[in-house]
Amino acid sequence: MLKIDNVTMKFGGVVAVNGFNCYIENGQVVGLIGPNGAGKTTIFNVVTGVYKPTEGEIIFDPEGKEEKISKLRPDQIAKLGICRTFQNIRLFKELSVVENVFIGSHLRLKSNVFSSIIRLPKYNNEERQMMEKAFYLLEKVGLYEEKNEKAFSLPYGKQRRLEIARALATEPKLLLLDEPAAGMNPQETQELMEFIAEIKEEFDLTIFLIEHHMEVVMGICEKILVLDHGTLISQGSPQEIQNDERVIEAYLGVE
Amino acid sequence: MRNKKIILSLIGIIATGILLFILGNVLDTYKIRILNLCGIYIILGLSMNLINGFTGLFSLGHAGFMAIGAYTVAILTMSVPMKELNFFMKPMVPFLANLEWSFFPALIMAGLISALVGFLIGAPVLKLTDDYLAIATLGFSEIIRVVFINIQSITNGALGLKGIPSNTNLWWSWGTAVFTIIFIGLLMEGSYGKAFKAIREDEIAARSMGIDLFKHKVMSFTIGSFFAGVGGGLLAALLGTIDPTMFKFALTFNILLIVVLGGMGNIKGTVISAIVITIAMEALRFLDESINLGFMTIQGIPGMRMVIFSIILMLVVIFKKDGLLKSNLKDVRRNYAKNR
Amino acid sequence: MNILQHITNGISLGSLYALIAIGYTMVYGILRLINFAHGDIFMLGAYITYYGVLFTPIPWWIVFILAAVVTGIIGLLLEKLAYKPLRGSPRITILISAIGASFFLENLGIVVFGGRPKAFPTPDVFNKVINIRGVSTGLVTFIIPIVTVLLLIALTYFITKTKTGMAMRALSKDYETASLMGININRIISITFFIGSFLAAVGGIMWGIKFPQLMPLMGVMPGLKCFIAAVIGGIGNITGAVIGGFILGLGEILLVALLPGLTGYRDAFAFVLLILILLIKPTGLMGEKIAEKV
Repeated sequence: MLKIDNVTMKFGGVVAVNGFNCYIENGQVVGLIGPNGAGKTTIFNVVTGVYKPTEGEIIFDPEGKEEKISKLRPDQIAKLGICRTFQNIRLFKELSVVENVFIGSHLRLKSNVFSSIIRLPKYNNEERQMMEKAFYLLEKVGLYEEKNEKAFSLPYGKQRRLEIARALATEPKLLLLDEPAAGMNPQETQELMEFIAEIKEEFDLTIFLIEHHMEVVMGICEKILVLDHGTLISQGSPQEIQNDERVIEAYLGVE
Repeated sequence: MRNKKIILSLIGIIATGILLFILGNVLDTYKIRILNLCGIYIILGLSMNLINGFTGLFSLGHAGFMAIGAYTVAILTMSVPMKELNFFMKPMVPFLANLEWSFFPALIMAGLISALVGFLIGAPVLKLTDDYLAIATLGFSEIIRVVFINIQSITNGALGLKGIPSNTNLWWSWGTAVFTIIFIGLLMEGSYGKAFKAIREDEIAARSMGIDLFKHKVMSFTIGSFFAGVGGGLLAALLGTIDPTMFKFALTFNILLIVVLGGMGNIKGTVISAIVITIAMEALRFLDESINLGFMTIQGIPGMRMVIFSIILMLVVIFKKDGLLKSNLKDVRRNYAKNR
Repeated sequence: MNILQHITNGISLGSLYALIAIGYTMVYGILRLINFAHGDIFMLGAYITYYGVLFTPIPWWIVFILAAVVTGIIGLLLEKLAYKPLRGSPRITILISAIGASFFLENLGIVVFGGRPKAFPTPDVFNKVINIRGVSTGLVTFIIPIVTVLLLIALTYFITKTKTGMAMRALSKDYETASLMGININRIISITFFIGSFLAAVGGIMWGIKFPQLMPLMGVMPGLKCFIAAVIGGIGNITGAVIGGFILGLGEILLVALLPGLTGYRDAFAFVLLILILLIKPTGLMGEKIAEKV
């Protein structure tokens, strides 16, 4: 699904990510963990095209067809089927909940702007389908009742779910979740885990997520990557990671 | 729901038509002229609001696009002898000197040329953000003005053009205004309009959701330029006289005033504030000019009118950031509760 | 006129642009705001001097200093009234307020000073024509760069050596952190506006001596051009603003001198330059690249 090949990201003199390699297989749930400032979000930004990597290449092959994406713009990458949520929630705040999700499917719209203004039947048809999809996704994430609220007026946890619904509307094959459980209590976290498993099945997703809640990472990830100071220090199954000394060192420091 | 909306819009249009018919017969020429200006400022206000309010691109280039539209209409519709009369300093290029179009195609041409320039300018400058975009678009509008002063054989330079056929009447100005309202209303309700708003709200999120920022920004800017050009064309055909000094930044300022007072991204607000400001601008004209009351003359203070308007603009921005007419959060909540 | 003469004129005009551009760049560095009204502050400086010289018995050189100080205070008040209430608002909102402030000052100028041009009361000293190696020009052409250089030295000393100057630099590097470090932001911003407006007033006075015609709208074009100078040099960077000012001043004069056919396009030159620089190197000549935070 996704191959990150020796990616390095430098900002001026600061090396945020150093020679990062990984491979995510179809249908996997992969976790990316590491202390604060290890470069996790930077990797997401590189994969989604927000940053262009200083070195290295990223290859996306959802259906066996390999695409080099490191030089593409974020919107082109989203069209190929990679979508994300943000660590510090980036909703379209002043717009309604349903509009947020609706906009997520704009990239799949085929009609041009003029047929949208004169409301050609083809456009109307497309718009109805987009609306129906938006309502369906809102039901899925349990926000149907709030569909006409402005996005910023939602409580924090619901904003996170709205971000996921919006990302799903783009019909991704690979979904990147940046700290989906941040700020959630244990019960909400449990629900989130079930929810992720559910959407993964229903939409046939591959999921790559950053998370600090260890129960989430250990609970749903088949493979875990550990990043420290921009370098991949370990990878493997949850059990392997739990027993890896380098990981414990990175988190707790060395005596 | 949609049918109800269409019926309401139709009723609105017919009512406007009847009202215009009555006003057209009742009011004197001066008042009809102001009414015409109201219609034109609605077009201009909406076109700026599309770019600045809905798409969140802070452009200050409106006067430039209006100049393009105004000159296009003037050059295309003026009669051949009138052109000869105007171009006494330097003859007009023969190709243009012998043209004489009717108003409608000239107006469309005004919009199209303006849109084309908007497209060409937009392509490079829309990569800039916020204040850089503002200053670059302002710069472009000044460049257009300077160019118009210098290409004498096309624009008659600083002398301007006189005797433009006054084709603009209430039906033209208000007909175009209604068309603009419907056009922009439908655009903003559709998927592309929502994408524009998404760009305004959060560019990074918008492009991560697959919205091609550049394409959509250029689209919004080009459509906005089209209507600015049409508005400029109508203005030229209303005033009958144009010259490059008309299209200074002060003109953009007037439209910005309408947009800010009406609320960024608010169609209804823009329409109302265009009417209110246009009338107020005229009503307060007495401040600038001396009035002769027969037995005595009150001296006007030039500049006073704009002092008042700039104070109003600042007060609105400082104390009511969303504009005077934008529904505040409380209303949104109430509507929401009601709709449930 | 020989080329040396043009260069002298260009340097002189460039120094004026540099003085005004510094105000833009300092304010932008700290508040990320284009102070649209800066050009109008420049205009006020010239007018205050005009009234001071003609209607008070104070010697002209004291009037010059007082006028600059008074203009500085006006700049400081402008910030308090028009910008401070909007701190933390979206940048576009503050920009609109700045545009409003600019229009307010321009039209207030028309109301108070009248729309007709006024002749600047240039002290006789400045009108003396001097002749060096075939370059003959008014003394003022030489005085302008000298005053500019002196003020620049003073400003550099202030910014690098004094505590307030260092606080100013800290604030423009990292607003949030600096404000957490106990820097009195309001005081620093006031001082910044004072210095910027003071320099603009000095620019206005020298402008009046060089082009002795005052009009309420005289600040519009120089204002825009000096903002452009600041952008060319890399906005936020004082050295950059000075370099940008000289590039623009020299460029304008040489354009007219070398390509007389383009004289009519003189005012467009700055804007063309601006757009080119924004497209090629948006951070300006001396600016640093700031990575976008996601």
